[in-house]
Amino acid sequence: MRNLETSTEKAPKPKKEKEPVVEWLLAAGHRACSGCGEALGAKLVMDAAGPNTYVATATGCLEVFSTPYPESAWRMPWIHSLFENSAAVASGIEASLIAQGRDKDVNIIAQGGDGGTADIGIGCLSGMLERGHNILYVCYDNEAYMNTGVQRSGLTPFDARTSTSPSGKLSWGNKTNKKDLPAIAAAHHIPYVATATVGYPNDLMAKVKKALSIRGPKYIQVHVPCPLGWIHPSDMTIEVAKLAVLTGLIPIYEMENGVVTKVRKIGKNRRPAEEYLKVQGRFRHLFAKGADAEEELEKIRQIAEANIKRFGLV
Amino acid sequence: MSKNNIRLMQGNEACASGALAAGVSFFGGYPITPSTEIAELLARELPKNGGHFIQMEDEIASIAAVIGASVAGAKSMTATSGPGFSLMQENLGYAYMTEVPCVVVNVQRGGPSTGLPTKVSQSDTMQAKWGTHGDYFPIVLSASSVQECFDMSVRAFNLSEKYHSPVILLLDEVLGHMREKIRIPEKDEVQLIERCKPTVPPEWFQPFELTPTHISPMAGYGNGYRFHYTGLTHDPFGFPTGKPSEIREKLDKLMLKITQNVDDICTHKEEFLEDSHIVVIAYGITARVAQQAVRIARHRRFKVGLFQPETIWPFPEKALKRALEHADLAIVAELNQGQLIHEVSRIARSKVKVQGVFRYDGEIMTPTEIVNKIREAN
Repeated sequence: MRNLETSTEKAPKPKKEKEPVVEWLLAAGHRACSGCGEALGAKLVMDAAGPNTYVATATGCLEVFSTPYPESAWRMPWIHSLFENSAAVASGIEASLIAQGRDKDVNIIAQGGDGGTADIGIGCLSGMLERGHNILYVCYDNEAYMNTGVQRSGLTPFDARTSTSPSGKLSWGNKTNKKDLPAIAAAHHIPYVATATVGYPNDLMAKVKKALSIRGPKYIQVHVPCPLGWIHPSDMTIEVAKLAVLTGLIPIYEMENGVVTKVRKIGKNRRPAEEYLKVQGRFRHLFAKGADAEEELEKIRQIAEANIKRFGLV
Repeated sequence: MSKNNIRLMQGNEACASGALAAGVSFFGGYPITPSTEIAELLARELPKNGGHFIQMEDEIASIAAVIGASVAGAKSMTATSGPGFSLMQENLGYAYMTEVPCVVVNVQRGGPSTGLPTKVSQSDTMQAKWGTHGDYFPIVLSASSVQECFDMSVRAFNLSEKYHSPVILLLDEVLGHMREKIRIPEKDEVQLIERCKPTVPPEWFQPFELTPTHISPMAGYGNGYRFHYTGLTHDPFGFPTGKPSEIREKLDKLMLKITQNVDDICTHKEEFLEDSHIVVIAYGITARVAQQAVRIARHRRFKVGLFQPETIWPFPEKALKRALEHADLAIVAELNQGQLIHEVSRIARSKVKVQGVFRYDGEIMTPTEIVNKIREAN
C-alpha cells in the first residue's frame, strides 16, 4: 500500500494466542470476495464489541458470505432477520433480555448494509432509535445493493454507475447524492452517531467501543469499499477507503447528542476528488474518451467542498 | 434485430421486452433475486422509449408507485420475488379494491421467508390467489417458456387494461434465467388493449359506475374528471359506504367482472388428450418437464395426455372438466408441497382419482419422476 498520509495510525496489534485464525469473533474462512471491505469492517466491529454481544444481521452480502450451510463464521449469538428488520428484531432481543434481567454487561448490535439500512430498513431503524433501545446499529455502507448484483441504493454516491443507474447517452449514472443518514439518525435525539471507515481501523474500533459504553440507541455508519461493485483491484480496498476520506467525499466524524464533537481532519493530505474517482470502474464513464464530464466532475468537487466546509475538515 | 426477429434471451429479458412491446411506460421496483434482470433491463430501456424507471426504497413503495402511475394514466408494472411479493400484498388489495390496472411479475423462488433466493419453486401459486385479505378475484398467468414470458407479459397488460385489475404473471427462477430461442413479433403483430375511458361529460361521471360488463370507465388524473379513490369499500361515486346493498354491489362487481369473463381470460394448452386415460396437469416450468414425460410415456404406449393451464387463476375449469371426461386419473405435477392440486381435486370431484408429484427441494423436476408416477398408476 502506498503511503497516503503522515498519520501515526497503526494496524491492529496481532494477538498472542497460538492460532490467530480462530481468535476473531467473525471467524476466518467465510466466503467473502477477496478485498471485501464489509467483511473487514464486520470483523473489526465484532472484535471491538467482544464476545458478550448479541447480533442481528439484515439480509445482504454479510449474511450470505458468513453463513454458508452448514458453517457459520459468527462466534457469538447471531440471528439473520429479514431484509428490513434487523433493528426491530434487535429491539425485541433487548426488551426480552431486560424482562429476564439478563441485560447486564451484554451488547446488542443490529446491523445491515446500506440498502437494508437506508432504504427498506429505515422504518425499523427509525423506530428503534426513537424508542430508545440500548442497541448499537452498524450500517456497512458499500454504496449499492451488492448481493443482488450492484443496484443503486439511497447511499449510492452521485454519478456512480450501477445496474439500475446505468451511464450512457441519457445519464451520467446515479442522479442523486448520498442520503445523509447519520444526520437522520442524529435527528432522533440519540446520544451517539458516528461515521467510520475500514481505511482507519483503529478509529472504527474505538468508535464501536465508545458507542457501546453509552446507554441508549447508537448509530455508526462504516464506509466499506466493494472491489466487485466499485470495480477496483481487490488489493486496493484500504487505499480506496482512505482516498474517500482524503478527498472530502466521505467525512469521518462523531456526533454526541446531536452536536458534532470530533472530526477526522484531512488537512494538507487533501486529495483532489478525481484521484478517488479514477481508481474505480463505477466512475470510469466520467473519464472516458470524448466524455465531456467537466461539469459533472465539478459537481462532485462541490460535494467534497461542501463536506469540508460543513465539518471543517481542512 | 436478427433475421426473422429470432433472438436468444433469458425469460426475464423476454418478460421485460414483452412489457415494452405492450407499451409499459412506468416501472417501480426493488432489486430482488431472481427477478432483478427485469428491473435492470427496464432501467436501461424505459428512458429511451420516453418511459420512466424508478428504483423504490422497498417493495411496498414499488407497488404503491405503480398504482399511482397507473391512476395517472401510464401502463405500469413491477417485478419481484417471494419476500417482495409478500410485502406487496396490502397494496395489491388496494389495487383490487380501487380497480387499478397494473402488472406484477413474480419470479418465484423457494420460501417461506428468505427461503431459497437462487432456487426454483412454484410455491406462490396459492399466495397469488389468496395473498391479500378480503374477497377478490385475481387474474394470474403462469409462463412455461421464454416465448411465453414475452407473450404473457403482453397479455398481462392487455387483461389488466381490459378488466381494470392487477394481473400477476408468475415466472420462476429457472425460467427467469433460462435462455431460449424466441421470436419477437413485429410491432403491428402485437395487439394491444387500452383501458376504457369515460365518454360522458365530467358532471355525469361515476368512477365506479355499475355497468352491464361490471367494468367502469377510468378517467385518470388530469383529464377534467373529478373522482375519489379509497381503499374503503365505496359506492359508485368512490366514496366510502356502510350501506349493506352498496357493499354487496361493490363486492359483486369485483367478482362478476372476472367470473363472467372466464372464457375470455382463461387459456390453456393440451396435448394427446383425445384418447388419454391419464391426464398430467402441470403449469409453469413444470409443464415443460411434464410435456417431455408425457411424450416418453406415450412412446411406451401409455394413454396419457397433458393439460397445461396458462391462466391459473381463474382456473380453466370448463376445459379441465372436458379433459377429464374420459380419464381415470389426473396427475398434478408442481414444485411445491401441493397447491394447485386442491383446485384440480375440487374440479375432478370424486369421479377421477387425483394424485400429485411434488418436488420442493429447490431443484427442477425431472421427466423420470412423472413417468414413474404414470407407470405406478398403470
